[in-house]
Amino acid sequence: MKGWCNKGYRMFLILLLIAVGVGLDRVGLIGYFSDPYELAYTLHLMGQHMTMVAVSMTLATAAGLGVGIVFTRPVFRRLAGIIMYIVGLGQTVPSLAVIALAMSFLGIGFKTAVFALFVYSILPIARNTLAGITSVPPWMIDAAKGMGMSNTRILWEVELPNAMQVILTGFRISLVINIGTAALAFLIGAGGLGEQIFTGIDLMRPDKLLAGAIPTILLALGCDFMVELLGFILIPKGLRFKGQASA
Amino acid sequence: MNVLRFMIDNADKCWLLTWEHIWIVSVAIFLAILIGVPTGIAITRSERAAQNVINAANVLMTTPSIALFGIMLPILSIVNLGLGKVPAVIALVLYCQLPIIRNTYTAIRNVPPELVEAARGLGMSPWRVLREIEIPLAIPVIIAGLRTAAVMSIGIAAIAAYIGAGGLGVFIQQGIARTYQEMIITGAVLVSVLAIGVDGGMALLERLVTPRGLKIGQAGVS
Repeated sequence: MKGWCNKGYRMFLILLLIAVGVGLDRVGLIGYFSDPYELAYTLHLMGQHMTMVAVSMTLATAAGLGVGIVFTRPVFRRLAGIIMYIVGLGQTVPSLAVIALAMSFLGIGFKTAVFALFVYSILPIARNTLAGITSVPPWMIDAAKGMGMSNTRILWEVELPNAMQVILTGFRISLVINIGTAALAFLIGAGGLGEQIFTGIDLMRPDKLLAGAIPTILLALGCDFMVELLGFILIPKGLRFKGQASA
Repeated sequence: MNVLRFMIDNADKCWLLTWEHIWIVSVAIFLAILIGVPTGIAITRSERAAQNVINAANVLMTTPSIALFGIMLPILSIVNLGLGKVPAVIALVLYCQLPIIRNTYTAIRNVPPELVEAARGLGMSPWRVLREIEIPLAIPVIIAGLRTAAVMSIGIAAIAAYIGAGGLGVFIQQGIARTYQEMIITGAVLVSVLAIGVDGGMALLERLVTPRGLKIGQAGVS
């Protein structure tokens, strides 16, 4: 029974692949990509998209981690609740609104888009860094103190490794949202794969549209997977658990 | 202050678009509850199914919204529904699945087994156990999932203006197209206020539906 099921499943997969292939051909995507100019253009847009994401994510990670670490130090700990609340509020603001507001104040262009993405991406990272460090059990920190660790060493060797799982989840959420929002950056003149999507919708040309949509989806799924792999490097062996991520 | 002027001058359009926005999101949330909550309950019976369903919902959630609209456009245009409110609602229903299913699943799984045992010992049928023990205990967490879903939907519905679904995204879309600053800010502010308001309202609802005995030491899954 099981072998038969497996065979049926494989058959189904093959049929699905064929159907997708035929569908793509009918839509004209394969023809679209066999045009060397269009392929190069799509790759160029993809490069633009990735640059945008990389620059804004690097800045946002630094800022988010900074905010998270500063507001969990004993001096500022009182403010952690307020910061958490503000960050939560900021996260409810829709991405298109952030992009639009950035444009109306800073004008169009690549820099504006990177700025908007940067601001929007800080929030999940800061929130999860705060939550992760706050949830490190106090007895662990007491034990570290008892061993004579300095505050800096406690941060690097106790708090951050224990919070890493949660921080990484924040980073992943932030990265995926960033890639999706970067597709909207075309609207404020920053290019990226959104250009193919929006132009495709406007012209009602499914081939152009899919040439933007499929790479965007693959990029998002790929990055999601890469961050999961990153977890194997960054999270110490003893601390890995199958927890559910807080979104 | 030009923004206020714009809002006053176009008050009726503001109301209309806000209503349209709320309408799209409510229809989507309503359908998503109809699909998501039963699915969430059903998958508590099988660990493997739960893994598969949640992973699939996760992939959907990872898909950028504008790309999902893009993919759906050629498929739905076969039945002549490529643009407009229908694809927007379908996309929103798909996006809402992850928070709703995941929270329903975790909530039902976290009902203390001794309570279920006790209910069974009282001679309740599985259906009654579900209706009288598991669902009431799970409701706060399910509402938390709905809250995430609603806030997210409001944001995605704004983007759906680009596939002709209407709603407050229209202000942003047309404002950007005409470089009409007041219009952009009006759209962005209204949509943000809507999202923050719904978030606050759902938080209140979450607190109201929590049975009193459970308010101590509840773990929030958001």
